[in-house]
Amino acid sequence: MKTALAAVLLAAAAISAAAAQSASPTLDKVKKDGYLKCGVSDGLAGFSNPDANGNWTGIDVDVCRAVAAAIFDNPDAVRYTSTTAKERFTALQSGEFDLLSRNTTVTMQRDVALGLEFTNVTYYDGQGFMVKTDSGVTSVNDLNGATICTQSGTTTELNVADYFTSHGMQYQILTFEKESEALAAYDSGRCDAYTTDQSGLYAAKLELADANAHTVLPELISKEPLGPAVRQGDDRWGDIVRWTFYVLVNAEELGVTSQNIDEQLNSQNPEIRRLLGIEGDFGEQLGLSKDWAVRIIRKVGNYGEIFERNLGSGSPLGIARGKNALWKDGGLQYAPPIR
Amino acid sequence: MAKPAAHRAPPDRPFGPLVFDWLRENLFSSVTNTLLTVLAIAFIYAVVPPILDWAVFSAVWSGTGRADCIGEGKGACWPFIVARKDQIIYGQYFADQRWRVDVVYLAGALGLAWILIPRLPGKLWAGIGMAILFPVFAFVMLSGGVFDLPVVPTERWGGLLLTLLISVVGIAVSFPIGVLLALGRRSSLPVIRMLCVCFIEFVRGVPLITLLFMAANVVPLFMPQGVSLDKLLRALIVISLFSAAYMAEVVRGGLQALPRGQSEAAAALGLGYWQTTLLVVLPQALKISLPSIVSSCISLLKDTSLIATIGFFDFLQVIKSGNADPAWSAPNVAFTGYLFAALVYWTLCFGMSRYSAYLERTVAGGKVGAGRL
Repeated sequence: MKTALAAVLLAAAAISAAAAQSASPTLDKVKKDGYLKCGVSDGLAGFSNPDANGNWTGIDVDVCRAVAAAIFDNPDAVRYTSTTAKERFTALQSGEFDLLSRNTTVTMQRDVALGLEFTNVTYYDGQGFMVKTDSGVTSVNDLNGATICTQSGTTTELNVADYFTSHGMQYQILTFEKESEALAAYDSGRCDAYTTDQSGLYAAKLELADANAHTVLPELISKEPLGPAVRQGDDRWGDIVRWTFYVLVNAEELGVTSQNIDEQLNSQNPEIRRLLGIEGDFGEQLGLSKDWAVRIIRKVGNYGEIFERNLGSGSPLGIARGKNALWKDGGLQYAPPIR
Repeated sequence: MAKPAAHRAPPDRPFGPLVFDWLRENLFSSVTNTLLTVLAIAFIYAVVPPILDWAVFSAVWSGTGRADCIGEGKGACWPFIVARKDQIIYGQYFADQRWRVDVVYLAGALGLAWILIPRLPGKLWAGIGMAILFPVFAFVMLSGGVFDLPVVPTERWGGLLLTLLISVVGIAVSFPIGVLLALGRRSSLPVIRMLCVCFIEFVRGVPLITLLFMAANVVPLFMPQGVSLDKLLRALIVISLFSAAYMAEVVRGGLQALPRGQSEAAAALGLGYWQTTLLVVLPQALKISLPSIVSSCISLLKDTSLIATIGFFDFLQVIKSGNADPAWSAPNVAFTGYLFAALVYWTLCFGMSRYSAYLERTVAGGKVGAGRL
């Protein structure tokens, strides 16, 4: 009798511990609504932009889809709210949406003062340069004495000044009110190089008459890590977003793709078995299901697939992996192990 | 006494007498006019052929992506507009539910026609229908959730649907509110007058973009937990109230232009306040302010593009995001999109302005028929 009572008490304690672990008001709300509310941009190629059929596509959109797949096993259970750069943080704060996935640079000021929590860096961006291919310039260090076009009133201007001065190089800068004017000036030959965020350079290249006549230089002269953010105060919700992204990166590292996921379920590799929930109960600890990672990878793919589809070889943008390659390939994308 | 000279036919003129006279009187009547004519012709010659060439003769008319539109000497890229036509008309509205948008378009067109064609009777009912029934009908029809209609969240409404919906609802709702505010501002009751003055001056003192931003992001912070008002609804309320404040001042101008004798005569005939206002004062005041009312409507239509700043895909934003689509991104594609947007806005606004001119000539122009307005 005593042992039976003890067993009941133990079970009750275990249940309440499990409940405490999954206590995420945001997750509860999302589950109750039946969809995830996601804040995206007002149209940025490759990151978040509606296609001709009106469906949102892009790497930031796929982060939302991955979280929805983890929760509902349905990547389409997302309602997207388009936000401008000015209103994105207020809109997240006011509960307009629960996940901000909108090419947002992670900075200390934003993390500390705005009541946000950045979960990951999904894309390592930085300021780069574009030059005409026939100029023979292959590196930023060849730009000594060059005239550079950029938009005025942004940090790009200051970054150029910092970089060229610290490397003892001569330069002349031409600034324009609008991005499009700066690009047009570069195209018409008034400048030797055009500078803005590197992902923006690839998009700008497509707006030029002959995209193949221009080269994006490999160097980055500033740090613009882009990542999703959630409201501060619901740590478990942050964990869900964070580890959803780590699943994407770990899956790429372990070679698990949306194509081979069914074969990988029989894998003997303990790391893959833990990732896919065959061993351990990592999904349950998050308040999700055991097969949460399988859902993500099957429906959305791994990080490499997402990158190539939206930004890389599968997209007209044709962005090289660069700093966004996996750490073992010389890039910066690195996910802590699932164990 | 000399005989009158024999009648002689006027000399032959190469272009015929009428054309020649018209040209001399209208285009070459003085040195300044001649100079201006020559300059104008030179300007038209310099501007029109290149634009026509770019937009029509060198334009690309068929294709499936940016590759078809890029190339030396290629003009406007019209297949881009064709590829985006569903987005332009419906926004991101679910494809299998677009018939509901068509129904709303049709209902709106019928309601507008009823109001706009002067011969049709029952203007009061049409006005009430458009100001109260149509917004409710459109909202229920488009958002769904009743009568087995699947829910379409307002984030997915966009394109011309959103632009026209906001304009029509904004105009229909702001007009009656504006008239009431104008009457209230001239009321002899101090509380009503102060309230109306405060409202009008507050709204007119703040830019629309600020009010939109408040409605989109600040209002939800003050709402009780669990209560939420749709973001589009909030934006619609703000736009309607904003435009009502301007409408009120326009109507007040008309009210003040009316001689006092009119309302005094009405009072002498034994009419009460509402009878005087509805039968004597308002018909004449609205007639006077008609051009400014239409002008307010036109600016409201163009102001709808501001809702892009709170993350809605109105007509202009759909075009802009289309330009950013890597499948289409190219220099002439961006110009094509903006040219198309300009043409559509111009058609809508010019249509409104022509209609107002027509009203002034027929209904409001003469002494008779003012009561039919």
